[in-house]
Amino acid sequence: MLKDKDRIFTNIYGLNERTLSGAKSRGDWDGTKAIMEKGREQIIEDVKGSGLRGRGGAGFSTGMKWSFMPKEIGDRPHYLVINADEGEPGTCKDREILRNEPHKLIEGCLIASFAMQAHACYVYIRGEFYREGEALQRAVDEAYADGLIGKNACGSGWDFDFYIHMGAGAYICGEETALLESLEGKKGQPRLKPPFPANVGAWGCPTTVNNVESVAVVPEILRRGPEWFAALGRPNNTGSKLFNISGHVNNPCTVEEEMGVPLKEIIEKHAGGVTGGWDNLLAIIPGGASVPMLPKSICDTVLMDFDSLREVQSGLGTAAIMVMDKSTDPIMAITRLSRFYKHESCGQCTPCREGTGWMWRMMERMATGNARIDEIDLLEEVTRQVEGHTICALGDAAAWPIQGLIRHFRPRIEERIAEYQATTAHAAE
Amino acid sequence: MPKLTIDGQEIEVEAGLTVLQACEQAGAEVPRFCFHERLSIAGNCRMCLVEMERAPKPVASCAMPVGEGMVITTNSPAVQKMRKGVMEFLLINHPLDCPICDQGGECDLQDQAVAFGADRSRYEENKRAVKDKYMGPLISTIMTRCIHCTRCVRFAQEIAGVPELGATGRGEHTEVGTYVEKALTSELSGNLIDLCPVGALTSAPYAYHARSWELKKTESIDVMDALGAAIRVDSRGPEVMRIMPRLNEDVNEEWISDKSRFACDGLMKRRLDRPYVRLDGKLQEASWQDAFNAIAAQVSGKAGSKIAAIAGDQVDVETMAAMKDLMAAFGSTNMDCRQDGAALDASNRASYLFNTTVAGIEQADACLIIGSNPRIESPVLNARIRKRYVAGSFPIGVIGEQADLTYAHTNLGAGAETLSDLADGKGAFAEVLNNAERPMLILGAGALARSDSAAILALAHAVADKYGMVTGDWNGFNVLHTAASRVGGMDIGFVAGEGGLNTAGILAGAASGAIETLFLLGADEVDVSKAGKTFVIYQGHHGDRGAHNADVILPGAAYTEKSATYVNLEGRVQQTTQAIFPPGDAREDWTIIRALSDVVGKTLPYNNIEDLRARMIAGNAVFGDLNTVSAASWGAFGTSGATDAAPFTSGVDNFFMTDPISRASETMAKCTETLSNGAEGKTGTDG
Repeated sequence: MLKDKDRIFTNIYGLNERTLSGAKSRGDWDGTKAIMEKGREQIIEDVKGSGLRGRGGAGFSTGMKWSFMPKEIGDRPHYLVINADEGEPGTCKDREILRNEPHKLIEGCLIASFAMQAHACYVYIRGEFYREGEALQRAVDEAYADGLIGKNACGSGWDFDFYIHMGAGAYICGEETALLESLEGKKGQPRLKPPFPANVGAWGCPTTVNNVESVAVVPEILRRGPEWFAALGRPNNTGSKLFNISGHVNNPCTVEEEMGVPLKEIIEKHAGGVTGGWDNLLAIIPGGASVPMLPKSICDTVLMDFDSLREVQSGLGTAAIMVMDKSTDPIMAITRLSRFYKHESCGQCTPCREGTGWMWRMMERMATGNARIDEIDLLEEVTRQVEGHTICALGDAAAWPIQGLIRHFRPRIEERIAEYQATTAHAAE
Repeated sequence: MPKLTIDGQEIEVEAGLTVLQACEQAGAEVPRFCFHERLSIAGNCRMCLVEMERAPKPVASCAMPVGEGMVITTNSPAVQKMRKGVMEFLLINHPLDCPICDQGGECDLQDQAVAFGADRSRYEENKRAVKDKYMGPLISTIMTRCIHCTRCVRFAQEIAGVPELGATGRGEHTEVGTYVEKALTSELSGNLIDLCPVGALTSAPYAYHARSWELKKTESIDVMDALGAAIRVDSRGPEVMRIMPRLNEDVNEEWISDKSRFACDGLMKRRLDRPYVRLDGKLQEASWQDAFNAIAAQVSGKAGSKIAAIAGDQVDVETMAAMKDLMAAFGSTNMDCRQDGAALDASNRASYLFNTTVAGIEQADACLIIGSNPRIESPVLNARIRKRYVAGSFPIGVIGEQADLTYAHTNLGAGAETLSDLADGKGAFAEVLNNAERPMLILGAGALARSDSAAILALAHAVADKYGMVTGDWNGFNVLHTAASRVGGMDIGFVAGEGGLNTAGILAGAASGAIETLFLLGADEVDVSKAGKTFVIYQGHHGDRGAHNADVILPGAAYTEKSATYVNLEGRVQQTTQAIFPPGDAREDWTIIRALSDVVGKTLPYNNIEDLRARMIAGNAVFGDLNTVSAASWGAFGTSGATDAAPFTSGVDNFFMTDPISRASETMAKCTETLSNGAEGKTGTDG
């Protein structure tokens, strides 16, 4: 359980001043210059040492990612790009940061840009987050006016500019390379990797793309020291993190918690418990729509961090916990997600373009029961044919929820099919 | 050179290759749809997935650069399963209408489905249907068949330089099209048909005419422009069904222009299939003997100076060689192969060649285009200029008409004055040329088809000298011809001899009565309506302009109907192959002249084409070296003099109709209607 003194996002609910003075009173922009004076290598070492893993879903070490950037500026400038295209269903953590803690993000961007020798940072904000874009712009204006960013940012001697780019509402633009394409004004379609953005990114220049939360927590880590952050949570899954709890709970909320908190505890403690009590729980999707769901038996004991959830064949993803009680039709729920992925597939590569539509159509039939038992295996096989064969991870994201459903609720699907056959057989007589 | 292991076999390959290319070198077949050597890498079809050691996921081999120590597997059961999976995805929304699809029999999707796919589909949902798009009169679209490989999009953008195609929509609703429905404006659009791995883009004129396996395939050379692109003539019975490009890295890579490809229906229309003789003011059908007798009656005893010959734009070297011999037998030196009156210097080969060579364009680092629009004069050559342009640092200046050449260029001026300034070192582009190490200039046929052409040639020579365009191993002086026969005619010396008349002189002589007998060898671009009493003998394959004023018509063979020699603009000697027979009584052209020589009592000393070719080689050794280019030595040419103030214009007005074959083609007529100059301004009240 996270203690209040270890909380990073102290204004995540926007109950206090969101302005620069408010942020400063909570400790933001405190000693930023001193942090930068530690030097780039030390900053990257500290971020590595804190064990911070990317908060966008993949969970890659943030310090490691930063270290992939070229050590010296060559003939191309370096860029930092912030992925604020938060479109994962169930996820709303970055939104709260943009609204209520924008200065944490801006300060983090300055430090990260300095560490990677980027003079410019672009924040790509989901198009629907119009108000959040405005909030961030207000904060940016304040920071410029106060000399915190811009020429000689914070008196550090480092020039740093901050740009906001509004997206147009495509889920795929949250994929880092599609985001870069979209930022460049092209159609948002993921790029082939290699080359990786650290080598060829925005406008062909070395670029690092980070999630909002990953960067926003950096100043606090550097201020308190990496050891403090590393002491939170469990080994290899350190620190605290924002969790979104939605669905069939009494009090849906966004809350900062320690990594590795038991799933049951976080729901009971912060979200007021599952509607109708824990025993009324059917299943939980623990990390945004893309990860496989978990039945109650697993939810009873599982811990909320990258490795624990991987052990139970799911993932932490964006840590958006979607709770389904026993009133839920899990087949219909996953069908809805399949439709989402079908709708959001960019159409560039074959398995995803064709596979998402096929999977969704089969899911629709599964939801009504209008299918054959052997088609469940076919569906499972199609998900395997999509998974891992696409340019980006959207194919995987479309496949995993279905795999989770079949893994844990196959009897339900079979039952539904039997019911349907019984009624149609009756009608035929 | 990185070393990698492919299917257990160690192989060392060039750095910078992709894994797919390395696999090919190792003899491992990797299926692909979206990958094409000449296009950028898309990596979207996912057919080329292979396993790579230490990679967490399968990799798309077309997009993965080779690296030292990679271990690649292309034949494991897992890879086979992946391919089967991708193939199944490609086919679930494909209509599988192969029996009525023109691509059937030469379809990548069909072939690879057989080789790598499953024998039946497990897809039971409704299939997607996509509305067909209009892309102009040449390309027929059945977009439901599209597998979204984006080869067409990339070709239009990268090679053709007309970014008119793109994919709209998302996911399974992605559709390839022209955004706003319109005809593609590229002169290379036919290549999309070849590039499309499925039957989504097929040839509109050829639609439902034949199946690929019924066709006889004959390798030949194109004569619709001076480039001499390598083509394959696909024929069935007496008819050419279609023309396809062949690979020739030095000339056309694997592209041909739309005229080369689609004008072939003109080969069946307006053909001269029997001799005609004008009797009582009317052309009447005649036998070969009657036609020859009529000519013999005209020329017998006539002084050579009263006989003349002009060769047209698609005449082969053999015919001109035989005609030259016949003229010599008559004692005439009045002949010309330059219908447009260009003052090219037959004594200096470098003066009329594209010396840089087509492939050599890629080595140039600055280009000056004079009085030419390469895009319509030779679209494939233009694509080579664009290729060089896309590679970067290639400033291009144009003197002449403003036009969209598919690459950025600076308009320097309109006419000879600008050229003369440049020869004096004036203007900003002089700096560019001075700084270039291998600058080149392209002198268009339009700039030479003027009364001041000798002076223009001299100016171009001066520019080439001034900016060091000709050095030991580099010759940047280029003439861009529009006629396939031109360089061959110059090489064989089909030009006015000692005391002879050139085209202008012959036509003036015909008008004044000094020339009494005029042979037109497929010469349709000269105006003989003022020839008055001159006896005009037209030999050619189409009843075009030249035949209208003729007194005797001798039916000849078109380029697909004879084995004949053509020299392309670089000076590359190439031979066509006979694919079909000439229609009716028509004969191969050189044999007509040989037969006529008998009748007029001046028998030529060869009885077969080998003897004739031996004679050509004896006259000019270049004819002995087929398919190669030898450098021509630089020398003085052109005559300094006053220039005309008129602006330069391109030698080609309507790309789609430049010669008798394309003028007879219905397809080209449709293209002219839709695409050519002026068509865009049409309103509803036109026609």
